[in-house]
Amino acid sequence: MRRWLPPIAIIAILLGLWQLAANLDVIANALHIEPFLVPSPSEIAQSLWTDRALLADNGWVTLQEVLAGFALSVAAGVAFAVVLHVSPTLRRAFYPLLVASQTVPIVVVAPILVVWLGFGIGPKLAIIALICFFPITVNTLDGLRSVDPDLVKMMRTLDATRWRTLRSVEGPTALPYFFSGAKIAVAVAVIGAVFGEWAGSSSGLGHLIQQASAQLQTARTFAAVVVLSMLAIVLFGLLAVLERKVAWWGPAQTRSQ
Amino acid sequence: MRTTSEAPVAEPQSVKRTANGSAARVVDRSKPETPPGVAVDIADLAHSFGELEVIERLDLRLGPGEVLGVVGPSGCGKSTLLELVSGLREQTAGEIAVNGESLPSDRLSRCAYMPQRDLLLPWLVAIDNAAIALRNRGSSRAVARRAAHPLFERFGLAGFERTRAAELSGGMRQRVAFLRTLLAGKPVLLLDEPFASLDAITRAEMQEWLAGALAAESRSVILVSHDVEEALYLSDRVLVLSPRPARAVADISAPAPRARPRLEAVTASGFTNARERALEALTEGSR
Repeated sequence: MRRWLPPIAIIAILLGLWQLAANLDVIANALHIEPFLVPSPSEIAQSLWTDRALLADNGWVTLQEVLAGFALSVAAGVAFAVVLHVSPTLRRAFYPLLVASQTVPIVVVAPILVVWLGFGIGPKLAIIALICFFPITVNTLDGLRSVDPDLVKMMRTLDATRWRTLRSVEGPTALPYFFSGAKIAVAVAVIGAVFGEWAGSSSGLGHLIQQASAQLQTARTFAAVVVLSMLAIVLFGLLAVLERKVAWWGPAQTRSQ
Repeated sequence: MRTTSEAPVAEPQSVKRTANGSAARVVDRSKPETPPGVAVDIADLAHSFGELEVIERLDLRLGPGEVLGVVGPSGCGKSTLLELVSGLREQTAGEIAVNGESLPSDRLSRCAYMPQRDLLLPWLVAIDNAAIALRNRGSSRAVARRAAHPLFERFGLAGFERTRAAELSGGMRQRVAFLRTLLAGKPVLLLDEPFASLDAITRAEMQEWLAGALAAESRSVILVSHDVEEALYLSDRVLVLSPRPARAVADISAPAPRARPRLEAVTASGFTNARERALEALTEGSR
């Protein structure tokens, strides 16, 4: 409980200050805008409640996109990492391309993908997978390469095939690294979903945010953002729990968090 | 090809027999389940890592079932020698034959290598670590565990089968690592400073334990050590190497028969003589 006290206290203080500032129109006056454009935390809370059906429906759409896109990038990322690990030639050939894929601004690519793949879930999956792929592949590859060379040697004298060594030594070594990458990926996946929805969509939290802010419903915009963050935090937490269960030998176990 | 039903270690009676003081290492052919040792022949061996010459020249013959100790100053190429014999590395020049076979892949299939560090896999429990060679050859986990189980009893590890590697003591980790090497079922054991990482007391205990374990085996063993006393106590013969680039400076027979209790063995006059000669050779070679 003592561990949770500081963050709760900080959040409570910040919310209190925000509430006070909104009630006294401090922010609106400072920015020379109408006070109704600056929602107070209580108004956001009210929106969370009154718009709950709307938020849940759109949140469900976004969650599905995130989960499917994330699953896609886990499968592709791990497979790609294994291939690059096993073949040094392919690693040298593809690594620059892998890095280059991250320099492409998603905001620019998103509308093109919508043009190509239509307004369905397709472009969202592609965008999420594009964002998630990188941290998963790079971390898993680093993990596979971090294996103790003596362990590989030992497995060779114990009649292990390349595949056996990969499965029983390199794989488990890489598992904690994979989880580090997956945790980063799942957090950015939510951002990817929003970009995808902004580029062309009729539902989802990103769409709701776009719509609400265009209609100056700032409280609803903030409410959608809150739901979006909650989604990311919960997914991140689930991965952390899973990591502790299946990769208990990794560094995460000894970390204090 | 060994099958998993075979127990790779001899019956406990033979341990007792040797403990009674008969010849230290007897190749007992009445134990068909133990792979009999095979000869290792090394002729004109030389090895360099690029410019760095590690082994200058080495000739060596290890008889079937013989235990050979190799001592030498740190960094003289002892571990490299084991990697060369095992077939993990290819030598720069010369011949290495294990049971007459000189291809590295043939040597790999005949040699079990126990590295300096125990290298237990932290994600496996003790028995799965010990039985990993059986798993590598395609046995199911249940079959592999069944084969490893009797060894846990015999080597004082009963009750620790399901313990994770990280929760074992240093001595126990080395025992599990040794069992893993035995369970590979190879006729040649290559042991690289198996107790280097242990404290003095555990080390003495483990030496006594290994002497018993090796006596019950008919395998050929090359044991690398930087400790003359350890090598003499555990081996039939000790080869003393010069500093890098390594060459043999002495080949000293260990006094036999020996008493099993370590303290008794290492304080016998024949033993202290042999030790002094080995130490002298080590110092001479370093000049």
